[in-house]
Amino acid sequence: MSNEDYLKDISEIKDLMNKSSRFISLSGLSGILAGVYALIGAAVAYWLVINHSGGLLYIFHGWVFWTCMAVLAMVAILSVITGIILTTRKAKKNNEKIWDNSSRRLLLNFLIPLVVGGIYCLIILDQGRYGQTGGLMLIFYGLALVSASKYSLGDIRYLGYIQIVLGLIASYYPGYGFWLWVIGFGIMHIVYGTWMHFKYDSK
Amino acid sequence: MSIINNINKLFDHRIRLGIMSVLMVNEYADFKTLKELLGATDGNLASHTKALENAEYILVEKQFIGRKPNTRYSATKLGKTEFKKHIEALEKLIKKT
Repeated sequence: MSNEDYLKDISEIKDLMNKSSRFISLSGLSGILAGVYALIGAAVAYWLVINHSGGLLYIFHGWVFWTCMAVLAMVAILSVITGIILTTRKAKKNNEKIWDNSSRRLLLNFLIPLVVGGIYCLIILDQGRYGQTGGLMLIFYGLALVSASKYSLGDIRYLGYIQIVLGLIASYYPGYGFWLWVIGFGIMHIVYGTWMHFKYDSK
Repeated sequence: MSIINNINKLFDHRIRLGIMSVLMVNEYADFKTLKELLGATDGNLASHTKALENAEYILVEKQFIGRKPNTRYSATKLGKTEFKKHIEALEKLIKKT
């Protein structure tokens, strides 16, 4: 065997290791769109609170609270739908199956911290500690990303770290929770999505 | 010359290298998954898994999922060590020349 053959062997080994253990068809574009939805949602919530709730970003009441929750849910649902559509499209292009061992593992490892965090946020909201939710959402979302990164593009781990740090700051300064949420879910998604898009998708 | 000694003849085939690569990063892989990942035919894959099994580099488990027979493979400790040695030898060979 020549040197080139050995090189080919090594690159094939790497490729197989990745393909068999990681789901890599995540779409950068869906990250950008998720960030845009988050920004729009945050703008709507901000407007509502400023005009109808006395301008305090962490004291909600009555219908304003429920409308904000509905907006939040809309942002989440839209992001998930966009993610599924764009990822399916990319997987088809990559000849990767959308539902196999690697995507199942990815989803499971992503959802465990996320669902736990979601339930915890609901409990906190039920206790009326609204100021904490922004930080908690960031922290658990960050943990979910870190936990999922082993089964997908390794880069999302760093997005996870950023979200965790933002979340911890938000927990300490609940008054800035809203703005940190905007940075984490809005701006960071757009920045990261753009980066991923140029790194992987545009090739 | 010791480097050349570490090049393992048993791994000197792309399907076998492939099987080991997959089993290095996955706890288990079943026959169908391996077949799809490696793009091998049934007979071809079976003969290569047999060779690795005989060398005790991989472990074969036959079981039933519902009524369907399912064969799954995992790498043994020996297989993992030998594979690592082989890769290191490959890398050294490439660097040397």
